[in-house]
Amino acid sequence: MTAVDLDGVTVTYGTGQHLMRAVDNVNLRVPADGVLGLVGESGSGKSTLARALVGLVDIDEGRILHDGQDLDDLPARARRQRRRRVQMVFQDPFGSLNPRMTVGDTLLEAIRTTRMLPRSMRSGEVVELLDLVSLDARYARLLPRELSGGQRQRVAIARALAAKPDVLVADEITSALDASVQGAILNLIRDLRERLRISVLLISHNLSVVRYVSDTIAVMYLGRVVETATTDELLTAPQHPYTRALLDAVPRLGLDALPTSAVLDEDPADPHDPPLGCHFHPRCPMGPVLHPDRVVCRTEDPSREAGTRPHQAACHFPGVHTLA
Amino acid sequence: MATTKDGLVSALRTPTGAISTLMVAALIVLAVVAPYIWADEAARVDIPGLLEGSSSDHPLGTDNLGRDLFARLLVATRLSLTLAVLAVAVGACVGVPLGALPTVLGRRGGRAIASFIDFSLAFPSILLVIFLGVVLGVGAHAAVLAIGLSAAPSFARLTQTLAASVASSDYVAAAKVLGVPRWRILARHVLPNVAEPIILNVTLAVGFALLAMSGLSFIGLGVQAPSYDWGRLLNEALGRIYVHPETALGPAAAVVIAGLAFNSLGEALAAAASTRPAAVPRRLLREQKTPHPASVSSAVGADAAPGPALVVEDLTVSFPSRFGVITPVRGISFALSKGELLGVVGESASGKSLTALALAQLVPYPGRVSATRLEIDGHDLRTMPTTARKRLLGTSLAMVFQDPGTSLNPALRVGRQIAEVGEVHGGLGRRAAMRQAVERLRGVRMSSPARRARQYPHELSGGMRQRAMIAMGLMAEPKVVVADEPTSALDVTVQQQILQLLRKVRDDTGASAILISHDIAVVAQFCDRVLVMYAGRIVEDVEAGALHTGPAHPYTRALLASIPDMSTDRTQPLATIAGRPPDASAIPDGCAFAPRCDFATDRCREDRPDLAAVDSTWQRVACWYPRTGPVAAQNTPELVGQ
Repeated sequence: MTAVDLDGVTVTYGTGQHLMRAVDNVNLRVPADGVLGLVGESGSGKSTLARALVGLVDIDEGRILHDGQDLDDLPARARRQRRRRVQMVFQDPFGSLNPRMTVGDTLLEAIRTTRMLPRSMRSGEVVELLDLVSLDARYARLLPRELSGGQRQRVAIARALAAKPDVLVADEITSALDASVQGAILNLIRDLRERLRISVLLISHNLSVVRYVSDTIAVMYLGRVVETATTDELLTAPQHPYTRALLDAVPRLGLDALPTSAVLDEDPADPHDPPLGCHFHPRCPMGPVLHPDRVVCRTEDPSREAGTRPHQAACHFPGVHTLA
Repeated sequence: MATTKDGLVSALRTPTGAISTLMVAALIVLAVVAPYIWADEAARVDIPGLLEGSSSDHPLGTDNLGRDLFARLLVATRLSLTLAVLAVAVGACVGVPLGALPTVLGRRGGRAIASFIDFSLAFPSILLVIFLGVVLGVGAHAAVLAIGLSAAPSFARLTQTLAASVASSDYVAAAKVLGVPRWRILARHVLPNVAEPIILNVTLAVGFALLAMSGLSFIGLGVQAPSYDWGRLLNEALGRIYVHPETALGPAAAVVIAGLAFNSLGEALAAAASTRPAAVPRRLLREQKTPHPASVSSAVGADAAPGPALVVEDLTVSFPSRFGVITPVRGISFALSKGELLGVVGESASGKSLTALALAQLVPYPGRVSATRLEIDGHDLRTMPTTARKRLLGTSLAMVFQDPGTSLNPALRVGRQIAEVGEVHGGLGRRAAMRQAVERLRGVRMSSPARRARQYPHELSGGMRQRAMIAMGLMAEPKVVVADEPTSALDVTVQQQILQLLRKVRDDTGASAILISHDIAVVAQFCDRVLVMYAGRIVEDVEAGALHTGPAHPYTRALLASIPDMSTDRTQPLATIAGRPPDASAIPDGCAFAPRCDFATDRCREDRPDLAAVDSTWQRVACWYPRTGPVAAQNTPELVGQ
């Protein structure tokens, strides 16, 4: 089992005036044999963080540690081996499978590149992988266009599992699927996690989905993790005003009225030009807009001291709003 | 995605495609057989009959050794085509790997190759051919090389562009994460997916190479005697063009015809590749006109209290396809009261978005819309003259689409676009329209509206663009706002603000709104009443408040049970619905949900239930065995299938 740690990871895009810190000094741990949920708005850096974790984008600062071992300290070959222990499933099942390769070929390729398996055992392994994601062996002969969205997503999960990963990064894997199919994929992830004892980083903008699958939840806002806590703690006693706003905004059946918004009626800031200090302060109902004496929100980045606060909340006034 | 074979077949069906294919085929046959049949005649020296003009023996005359020019023309087909194909082969063999290199090399190497391609593209290719022809020396080999090398940069650029888009796809990312070696990613993932357009381009390039080769031979740099191609023949005949023009016309015509054939074949293939779903047989379009049997509950809307804002009866949308006519919207009927907030939920292919488009008369060609009644604010859209209908739609109906990024014109300032509506439909002057636009932007609670009005769409965030779209819709004081997934591209906190804004619009102006969404929780929370759609039909019409207390259709109930919410039991698996929604081309005869339904009987599979009132309430459901009571707590085994 592998625990993966992000230690002060920063990823930037562009240069000079167009420099954007998509992921800004993030500290996060995907625990061994656990599910970490990551929620946040689009543009908050969730997907970039996922891509950095699997090595698809380079990190500019910070380290990625596998069981405390810095990947950069390893020789290239060992680093590649390590990297393969972290596999990723993408959002769009229509774009994540090569349209000209059969399901079987896709899985065979994954097996051949990641494992020393004698040729004679490979096709049996394909069947086993399909079985793992509840697909019949005959699917191996089909092309992606012959599959539904849910089936494709199962194939994409099987491809990731072919590498026998310790960590599965699932980036919005249900948001392109129909509601009636989404539940089955979430069940599959839970089931795989229990059967294979893998850890999962589940990324979603949908808090209900994240809540259902995760043991721990981290909330991202404009490139920074603003709060991390166990699922129960985060849901019952959010420390960061943005987390509170997210919780309030989740649509619920049986509530007649739309809840009044807990954020100020401002649009999210431009990720290319985030506000100084706390990125959330222009929308924050606890911040300097409504409480002029809280100037510190405009000047000091609260994520520096976050490690010392409950829920590692990146807020100068954590928790004070939960009573309101 | 269609295969190359489909593309070829549909390319052959067009007149251009058919003719050019035949011509190319004829040329190839000629190239193969001509030397066997006419080689002797083409080489037979006939000194007494030299330099003759056209005659019955020699249709194109003879050359300076008395050899028959027509035979020589036919025999030259092989060499001309072979050289052209060879030249293209050289171009493709150099260009395609060069263009593919940037995807294999790292960032720096890739950039170097890309700059080299840019650099070589900057030379005009015909000059490059002549330059290379002179440098490499006179003769067929040199000419082939010259033309090939000058075609290489455009192949390289094409490959580079195509490969870059494939290389950024998720399946290539997945292969990288697995650690698949780069060359293998290139061979298995990138090249097969860019092959089709490159092959099309090869066909086009053969036409170009043929012209270029003939040109080089004509100016004496290409094929040298005693060999001859069309260009060489043209060169030899040029001296006699005033005496015997037919001797020069023959090879000239051959070059033009062959060049045209390859070019138009390439064009036809490219056209077929870019418009895949086309080529719908006319017959299917005509079949559409047969009216659909009315299957409407007649009570709809007739007695809706304060006069309906919108009445729809038996609305059907159908499209011709390769599988016959498909009907994604199958006779739906509903009425919308003034000021009502109506939600429409359904999965993909349920027909919910097409319903919205049909209301706004925006169903794309070749789709067909029919209805027995379609009224906005008491005006029947079906009987109106086109101009009056457009005007009514422009003023009474506002559409808000999912992606605010594409529904605003990126080249126009936001205020200008909004003001335009006031000018066209409100008859306002430019100034007054702009003032009203700023007013509307303030109405949708846009911060500093006057400044925003002067900005371009890309300067606004997604939420602000959606506000701008709503402001635009409000310019004409609409009776009905149709919002199709207006918040799906936005974040939850912004979603809430936009929905609150739509509510405020209703409260302020009395407009009704239809909210179309895949998210049943959003719809339930925002709307007064909800229509649940499945496979093109309304299966349930229920008060939003009753959604969680007593939905009657098994589909509605299964859907509600399968979606996790903030109170779902995390220790239990989620309820799921076995199977998947039916494809619009194969909707079962009976109840469309029957194959996935736990309560279905033979009756459900054979006989389709109409939408009918449940008990004495106005809740309507299309089910023979409607359920009652609240949906069982999440993920209890009531509906666990699969």
